[in-house]
Amino acid sequence: MQINFTHHQSAHCENGVASNLLKNSGLNISEPMVFGIGSGLFFVYLPFIKVNHAPAISYRTLPGQIFNKLASRLNLKIKRQKFSSTTNANKALDENLKNNIPTGLQVGVYHLSYFPDEYRFHFNAHNLVVYGKTETDYLVSDPVMETVTTLTHDELDKVRFAKGAFAPRGQMYYPIQIPKEVDLKSAIIKGIKDTCRTMLAPMPIIGVRGIRFVSRRIRKWPAKHGVRKANHYLAQMVRMQEEIGTGGGGFRFIYAAFLQEASVILKNEELKVLSKEMTQIGDSWRDFAVEASRIYKNRSAKEDAYNTIADELLDIANREEIFFKKLKKAIA
Amino acid sequence: MEKEKVPQDTSNLTKNNVKELLYATDENGDYTTTLSSGWEPKTIALSNSIEDINERIAEAKLQVENGEASPICYYMELNKMDLTILASYVGLWKWRVKRHFKPAVFAKLNDKTLKKYADAFAISVHELKNSIKTNAN
Repeated sequence: MQINFTHHQSAHCENGVASNLLKNSGLNISEPMVFGIGSGLFFVYLPFIKVNHAPAISYRTLPGQIFNKLASRLNLKIKRQKFSSTTNANKALDENLKNNIPTGLQVGVYHLSYFPDEYRFHFNAHNLVVYGKTETDYLVSDPVMETVTTLTHDELDKVRFAKGAFAPRGQMYYPIQIPKEVDLKSAIIKGIKDTCRTMLAPMPIIGVRGIRFVSRRIRKWPAKHGVRKANHYLAQMVRMQEEIGTGGGGFRFIYAAFLQEASVILKNEELKVLSKEMTQIGDSWRDFAVEASRIYKNRSAKEDAYNTIADELLDIANREEIFFKKLKKAIA
Repeated sequence: MEKEKVPQDTSNLTKNNVKELLYATDENGDYTTTLSSGWEPKTIALSNSIEDINERIAEAKLQVENGEASPICYYMELNKMDLTILASYVGLWKWRVKRHFKPAVFAKLNDKTLKKYADAFAISVHELKNSIKTNAN
C-alpha cells in the first residue's frame, strides 16, 4: 500500500512536514513561508529546565505551534489525534493510509534507526510523514533526509510512543480542509506581527531580552560552574542553534528567506532590505558559534574568552532589537 | 551566508552519507537552498556532548562496581537518559526510581519492576542484574 507522495528535503522537520503535506494537497507553499507565517522564529532561555544536563535554550516555538498558527492564519483545518494505546494508534494510521491520506507524525528521535547514532538523543519533537505500508515496514518521508526511508512496524511504534518531555503519545495530524483561495498577504502580516511581538516581549527570558539574559549568564558560567560544565553548557547552546533542523544561524537564514519571499508577495521593498539585514545577523550567530567552539575545543577557559563571546551575543541582541522594531514598522 | 561559503566539513553525518539542507544566498543575493556535509564548530560541539556522556557512563559503571549505585544508574546513562526520562519510560514516580539507584533497594526489587527497567533499556532482566560485577563482598 503506497500513496503518491513527493518528498522534498527541508531544513527543519516541522516546516518540512507542513510544507510537504500541503504541497501534496495542492497548496504550493515553501518551507520559509510556513516558518514565517507560523511565526516559528523565537528565543527562550529556561535555566530551570535541563536538556542533556544543560540549561534549555530554544530558538523556535513549541512543537506543533508552527503548523497550528499557519493553519489558523490560512484558514486550513488540520486534524490532530493522540492515542493511549499503540493498537489504536496503528489502526488509525492504517485507516488513513487506506484512504490515501499521507499522515504527519510527531516522533521521538532516539529510536529512529536511520539517524546516525551520534544524533540519537531523547528528543521528542521530531516530525515525519508516513505515506505507505508494506508487510514489514512503514514508508517514511523524513524531511531532514535527502530521500525517503523506512521504519519497521516495531520501530514506528517505538518512536510514536517515545517517553519524556513532549512525549508524542502517538500523535498524528493531517490537513482535512484546504480552501481554494488562500489569503497569503494577510497571513504574512499576522505572522510577522506575532514574531515581532514575541521577540520584543517585555519578559526577561524571551526574545531579545532572553538573549541578553544568556549573555549575562555566560560571563558567570566559568566561575559559577567550573570550566568543564561551562564548556558543556556552551557546546549545548551551539548545538541547539546549529544542529540539523535549524537551517543554520538559529533559524535566522530561513527567516531571511521568508522575508525575501514576503517582500515579493506584499510588493514591499523594505522587507527585502530587512531580509539582507537578517542574513547578516544570522552570519553573526555563525561567528558566535565559531568563537564558542574555540573555547570548548581547547578546553581552556580564560574568563575573558567567555566575556568576549558574551559581548558578541549582547551585540546580536541589540541588533535584533533594532531589527524587529524596524520590521514592525515596515508592515504597519 | 553565501552559498559558496556554506561549509562542507567532514562530520558524523558523512559516514552515513547524510547531508543537511541549509538556506544561503546566491550570487544575486537571493535565497536558495544548498546541501552541507557538516560544519566543524558543530562537530566539536557534538563530540563534546558525546565525550560528556561517555564520561558519565564510565563514572556510573565505577559506582556500580564499587557497590555505590545499582545497575539502573549505569543503564540510564548508557541509554542517554536522565531521571525524568527514565521515570517516564518505566511509569514510576521519580523518587521511586531514585530509590532504586540504591543497591540495597535494587536487590529487593521484584521481577515485575525489574522487567519494566529491562524493557526501557531493551535488555533482559538477567542482563540488568548480572552484567556488571561488583567488587564489594
